[in-house]
Amino acid sequence: MTDLTKLTLSEARDGLKKKTFTAAELTDAFIGAIEKANPAINAYVLPTPEHARAQAKDSDKRIASGKAGLLEGLPLGNKDLFCTNGIRTTACSKILGNFVPAYESTVGQNLWNAGAVMLGKLNNDEFAMGSSNETSAWGTVVSPWRRKGKDGKPTTDKLVPGGSSGGSSAAVAADLCLAATATDTGGSIRQPAALTGTVGIKPTYGRCSRWGIVAFASSLDQAGPITKTVRDAAMMLKVMASHDLKDTTSVDAPVPDYEAALGKGVKGLRVGVPKEYRVDGMSKEIQKLWDDGIAWLKAVGATIHDISLPHTKYALPAYYIVAPAEASSNLARYDGMRYGLRVQGDNLTDTYEKTRAEGFGKEVRRRILIGTYVLSAGYYDAYYLKAQKVRTLIKQDFDKAWADVDVVLTPTTPSPAFAFGEKSGDPLAMYLEDIFTVTVNMAGLPGMSVPAGLSSEGTPLGLQLIGKPFDEETLFRTAQAIEDAAGRFKAPGDWWMKG
Amino acid sequence: MASKAAAAAKPSNLIPGATGDWELVIGLEVHAQVASKSKLFSASSTEFGAEPNSHVSLVDAAMPGMLPVINKECVAQAIRTGLGLKSEIHLKSVFDRKNYFYPDLPQGYQISQYKQPIVGEGEVEIDADGETMRVRIERLHLEQDAGKSLHDQHPDYSYVDLNRSGVALMEIVSKPDMRSSKQAQAYVTKLRTILRYLGTCDGDMEKGNLRADVNVSVRKPGGPLGTRCEIKNVNSIRFIGQAIEVEARRQIDIIEDGGKIDQETRLFDAAKGETRSMRSKEEAHDYRYFPDPDLLPLELTQSFVDDLKQHLPELPDEKRARFVKDFGLSVYDANVLVAERERADYFESVLGLIADGKRDGKLAANWVINELLGRLNKEGHDIADSKVTAKQIGGIVDLIASNAISGKIAKDLFEIVWSEGGDPAKIVEDRGMKQVTDTGAIEKAVDEIIAANPDKVEQAKAKPSMIGWFVGQVMKSTGGKANPAAVNDILKAKLGL
Repeated sequence: MTDLTKLTLSEARDGLKKKTFTAAELTDAFIGAIEKANPAINAYVLPTPEHARAQAKDSDKRIASGKAGLLEGLPLGNKDLFCTNGIRTTACSKILGNFVPAYESTVGQNLWNAGAVMLGKLNNDEFAMGSSNETSAWGTVVSPWRRKGKDGKPTTDKLVPGGSSGGSSAAVAADLCLAATATDTGGSIRQPAALTGTVGIKPTYGRCSRWGIVAFASSLDQAGPITKTVRDAAMMLKVMASHDLKDTTSVDAPVPDYEAALGKGVKGLRVGVPKEYRVDGMSKEIQKLWDDGIAWLKAVGATIHDISLPHTKYALPAYYIVAPAEASSNLARYDGMRYGLRVQGDNLTDTYEKTRAEGFGKEVRRRILIGTYVLSAGYYDAYYLKAQKVRTLIKQDFDKAWADVDVVLTPTTPSPAFAFGEKSGDPLAMYLEDIFTVTVNMAGLPGMSVPAGLSSEGTPLGLQLIGKPFDEETLFRTAQAIEDAAGRFKAPGDWWMKG
Repeated sequence: MASKAAAAAKPSNLIPGATGDWELVIGLEVHAQVASKSKLFSASSTEFGAEPNSHVSLVDAAMPGMLPVINKECVAQAIRTGLGLKSEIHLKSVFDRKNYFYPDLPQGYQISQYKQPIVGEGEVEIDADGETMRVRIERLHLEQDAGKSLHDQHPDYSYVDLNRSGVALMEIVSKPDMRSSKQAQAYVTKLRTILRYLGTCDGDMEKGNLRADVNVSVRKPGGPLGTRCEIKNVNSIRFIGQAIEVEARRQIDIIEDGGKIDQETRLFDAAKGETRSMRSKEEAHDYRYFPDPDLLPLELTQSFVDDLKQHLPELPDEKRARFVKDFGLSVYDANVLVAERERADYFESVLGLIADGKRDGKLAANWVINELLGRLNKEGHDIADSKVTAKQIGGIVDLIASNAISGKIAKDLFEIVWSEGGDPAKIVEDRGMKQVTDTGAIEKAVDEIIAANPDKVEQAKAKPSMIGWFVGQVMKSTGGKANPAAVNDILKAKLGL
């Protein structure tokens, strides 16, 4: 039998349907791969093999009785930001300690209801704050990708898988699951997807329920999948998306059959290319990648239009006001009183201070401090209120653009994957990782990253597609066109399987 | 809108000081627990007195990833209240987060309405210091209650009960329109009455379901406003009066001794009869308010509001006016009856039960107020738990109106109904309490008394007021059942007066 872990989600679905293999066999293949590779990759902070085997067994029964769900028997990884009933959930923080929720996130429940199998909890930056997975309390995740040396052979530099969904992107890229859940507040799905040669989509704000997902910045957070192919992403989002009465910001709109949109092509589609994304210092290879994307879409019948999104340059600073402000309040509940870590102090204030000082990592503390500062009396108008105004202007930029174009094409990141420590010492350099992705969150729009090429170092690069609200279908068909032209990108070799 | 309400205090409200008279300026923030089955943002029960931490949902305990969902009934209750306070209803309002740390606040923030409350300006009419005046309402907003810290359960630790955490409160803020403690008390009393009429808050101050933060300052009459102090969480109408009086005196003494008032939050100690500093302005929290991103702005349709308005019950002011107009009651009696919705309802059901349909409102009011309420009050009961039903009072009133019994017998009858129960008409029949209007029987009694008392007859001829003695004798001999008017007429005729 071929290595089942190399299959895409849709191939595995077809295999199960044709009874080429069972859900149990498929699941066992992944459990074996995780056992071998996780020490090197550290994508999983909590593998759940027993749980997975039990689910797979049930799936096989349902398949046998003709009651298979849309994702029946397909093994997935689940980001540790998603609360899992009876299974430890920490958001990769120290402060949540050994927290075991008594409830399942709505997105997770949707997946399990469709028959999917959970292989375990995936690593991420602590509370999803980071772009390299270096802030996780459970240690860094290592990308399966390696740079080429001058001799053309792979170096042993450890590269980051992006963040915050670094466990998700690495696990998918290293074939340690068929697909993974992820979340995106400023680029946390798209940037790691770009850095690992995987596909990631952050749907429109309100498309997926936020209920049961540990909150970072409520007005920006959205769940979405990281997958091997565009089709796989369409399959995943179809199931993850839902209207949820428990999340009043989720939207009551029908969830279309995204897979059906894939074959529609892009003939006559108007693709916008925003001049403001040609930032200073953009590397030649990113520029070339973008031009390739334009050429591919043109070749299959799309029309290309130069557009202007004039407030783009304010998006990143405004994001780094809004997101920390909301985070500073969202993370107030981690006070050592009801669950998670408590460091007993001499009195109440001392207990708060010791618990939070010890329980939160440096980056999270930095953002809580920034957020607290920008909401303080006397600073609120100058920072938070102004940032919200910028947000409105960014939305308006896009609203105007939609008169002329159907989809916007940009690079996902300003540079390829980097090595550990290269940016972690410089928060601003790290924040710049989000420069192309945050506008999408600020405007609440759907955004998608598709692998489109390799850097001169042989590491993956992604193109980003931005769509109109709730028009994920156009993103999928455009992404399919790019994937068709660019092909797929796999990390060479399988060093991580060799222990 | 009564924009000029209570601009100046009446001279009788001024407080004398060493340097002359002082004027009090009072504003109130009343926290009223919304009457609802479940909490503002969760489905947990709001039932009082349950085991600690037995009404706590995942949302109330602020578990990771939990989200608030607005309770529509709490919104409707806030709107009803706003309408009852003749206030502007805001079709768009926004929930904000008020951030601070405390163990009884699981989220680390209270969800409240800061810049855009659901209800805007309105007014309440009160009777105080012998006149009717208006107190303007500044706003009403919805917010979550916190849990409760229990400091007396363990020598070293405090415990927390989250049953109240997330229960809906309405904060009703008045303008600084009151000029005496009596006015402040009348305002809270009236507010409580309105809320109870509306059914939007049970007004139970003992359970803390209605409590007030009292803002007090003093100034020279007509002068600029003084610095105010806020007395937190006063939980009875009596204490509100006391707290204002002692705080005003404290402030006057400080100013007259050459000091100045610091803006601060204070606590009222009822046992010691003083207010104490809780925290100064410098120590005040920076709550870092910002719109709660988990909740979209609350948008209402006009038809939703209109529908609630249509189904609003009659409120005390309108009810009082109707009682005066339709039943000829005095304003005083009408006020007594409308002060509690149960009383007014009881009174109206007495009227509705009067048999001949002739609504002798005054007589019925007299019986409800003087006999029933008087007796209930004496025995420490409420009209809500009265054993004597409206039907029974109606029966007594009917018997009086039809001349079947005299007022005096009616009181005896009430005693029987109070202690033994039963149908008044049947009691009168069974126990022979019916008034004697048979002139033959009365004449017989009169004749007997005249015959037995020739000396008194003589005296009466000289002094006609002596007839009173004869009336008494006749009543005595008939066991009080003779119709007094008939007795009088017959006596006059027989004695030749």
